[in-house]
Amino acid sequence: MTPRFAAGDNVRVRAREIATHCRTPYYLRGKRGVIVRGHGTFPNPEELAYHQLGVPHQPLYQVAFDYAEVWGKRERNTVITADIFQHWLEAVD
Amino acid sequence: MTRGVHDLGGLPAGPVDLGEHDRTFFDQRVDAMMRLLSHPTDGYFTVDAMRRAIEALPRDDYFGLTYYERWVRAMRTLVVERGLIGADELERKLAALAARGGRP
Repeated sequence: MTPRFAAGDNVRVRAREIATHCRTPYYLRGKRGVIVRGHGTFPNPEELAYHQLGVPHQPLYQVAFDYAEVWGKRERNTVITADIFQHWLEAVD
Repeated sequence: MTRGVHDLGGLPAGPVDLGEHDRTFFDQRVDAMMRLLSHPTDGYFTVDAMRRAIEALPRDDYFGLTYYERWVRAMRTLVVERGLIGADELERKLAALAARGGRP
């Protein structure tokens, strides 16, 4: 899978319903963030977890989230970062 | 959206225990077994499958078991899934061990 995002891009974590294994934390679903860097492309853990090959491989990004965006209140000098796979991200303006 | 039993970010919780503690012999044996079973070339499942099996534990088990006990339960699920041992055979072996005073 080709990387769709680059550092500085604004993204939103998809608020998908999923009953099977995934690595996207619940508390970040639906939240807006900014791409910090790409980590490379890796087998999809949602497939690996069920003895599949993990194809197509998915780009993984470090994404930064404003504290207030995630928890609804301000906290000085605090940024939340998490590694999120591309298929969990959508572009926003 | 459904939140997995393991997915605790943002939920109320007590203080985090930052203290160091030794691994027991049981912990070390479980760790060794998991490394063999999840070996990249000669193993039978991935660490992702381990996570998935742990996350599928019933809530009471998830919070009632220790860290490495969760690993054992996940390995039990996965060795049967991968056909290394039949579920019936595994239950018989566990019952025999328990009868000898071993832990399940």
